[in-house]
Amino acid sequence: MKLTEISNDINDWFDGSGPLADIVVSSRVRLARNLAGHKFLSRCSTQEKSEILEKLKNILLSLDLGDSVFYISVDKAPALNRHFLVERHLISRNHAFGKGPRGAVIARRECFTAMINEEDHLRIQVLAAGCQLSKCAAQTSNIDDMVESKTDYAFSPRYGYLTACPTNLGTGIRMSVMLHLPALKMTGQIEKFFNAARDMNLAVRGLFGEGTEAASDLYQLSNQVTLGLAESQIISTFESKIIPEIVEYEKAARSRLLAKDTDLLDDKISRAMALLQNAHLISSQEALFLLSHLRLGINMRAHMGASTPAIERLCALCETGSAGGKPRAISIATINRLFMLTLPAHLQLNYGKALDATHRDALRAEIMRSALSSNPQ
Amino acid sequence: MQCQVCNKNEATIHLTEISEGVRTEMHVCEHCAQEQGIAVKSNMPINELLSSLLAVQPADDELAGPSEQNLTCPNCGFTLDQFRKEGVLGCPHDYEVFEKSLLPLIEKAQDGKTAHCGKLPSKTPRDARRQIELLDLRRRLETAVSNEDYELAAKLRDQINQMEN
Repeated sequence: MKLTEISNDINDWFDGSGPLADIVVSSRVRLARNLAGHKFLSRCSTQEKSEILEKLKNILLSLDLGDSVFYISVDKAPALNRHFLVERHLISRNHAFGKGPRGAVIARRECFTAMINEEDHLRIQVLAAGCQLSKCAAQTSNIDDMVESKTDYAFSPRYGYLTACPTNLGTGIRMSVMLHLPALKMTGQIEKFFNAARDMNLAVRGLFGEGTEAASDLYQLSNQVTLGLAESQIISTFESKIIPEIVEYEKAARSRLLAKDTDLLDDKISRAMALLQNAHLISSQEALFLLSHLRLGINMRAHMGASTPAIERLCALCETGSAGGKPRAISIATINRLFMLTLPAHLQLNYGKALDATHRDALRAEIMRSALSSNPQ
Repeated sequence: MQCQVCNKNEATIHLTEISEGVRTEMHVCEHCAQEQGIAVKSNMPINELLSSLLAVQPADDELAGPSEQNLTCPNCGFTLDQFRKEGVLGCPHDYEVFEKSLLPLIEKAQDGKTAHCGKLPSKTPRDARRQIELLDLRRRLETAVSNEDYELAAKLRDQINQMEN
């Protein structure tokens, strides 16, 4: 399958739907597994890595996963395609730019991916829109059972599923939610979120992993403890304690903006609209923040009934039909689509050739202007 | 508690330093901590964290067991020194070969937990499954006793007796 078949649209789990979607953008559960009778990858020869890759690839492609799947030979893929897969959260940066034979089995609707020969032999992950960790965990476990029926995993009664790094030991489960926290950032309280996460033994990463915390208002929050707790305990703590607490923090910050800092809120939304509608060069970093502020405005209207001058103008823009053309509705899905399709690798793949940064910034600005213009043609 | 520097904000960072046997404490707010350059580094890569944890462990001769420092895994040729550098192990057997050195590290990385609880491979033989369940029950019994939850402890004890017979 060609990646251009999926590169023109967002993946299913990024359409702004699902429970608590105004703050929890998506959920992801992944399991780390290794095959019994093999060394971990750091000690495997290229030959042994190829054998593991072939074995797991054949097993995964033989399963009925409820959606058609395609296979990508990651080590042989062009760099642009690998960047694209990372932008879509289908494979990790380590997997994209690692060493040796490795591949990924990806479901057509992108709700399931399996990375073969990442840090462990196999990493199975399921993604869903909004807060749906239980559903993701059940599907991941189901796929895990299907794989396990065809092979043996490295397992010890004492330590559980054995992983290359002891931080994944035991259940091998890592669950994470992508959170949109613009109000905590605007009100200068984002450090509180980082501290609360640390107190609850959770890891916070930016949109694109470690070190990208400042790159957008999107954060990935995940469990660190994988040993000594059953999968169900980890999920229930996340769903019944951790997520509600963080969601409350962000909601309180949004209410505070509305009650006390309307100028700050309106300034951010108005600037975002003006720049996106008029600028001729927009970097991907700038786009992430500008679109984040539009997303905040639309969600505050939809979920809190917020009405400020800037939110009113934004909603009018969202609902306006063009004078002679088709009616237009700008939704969260539209914003997410602009967000994803203007990321560097997406732009270049859809344009059909490599572009330097200035050309990308110009093309990105053109796409924004055309989608958000007050007078669509 | 108030910040010792600005005397205004709530102190949320508490530092205890022990130098030459003298213990000093410092309680500061986030803002002052940053200004004083004592912000907590929260994004240390996990491999770096593990390596640093391993580095601060007591020297091997302080440990009760046989030396693992110079040991090489017979299955993959891995050494503890390589783990310090790479942050990943060489093969599943390393968990047994280097158990004494890895255990404190696992305990730190896993919030004090050192034994699996949760999903088992469906192919786990019935005997092994029973052993794992017994281990889990005993751990829960210990926790119940230390929490003085004697009602739960009695239930768990009965379950253990039933399984053992």
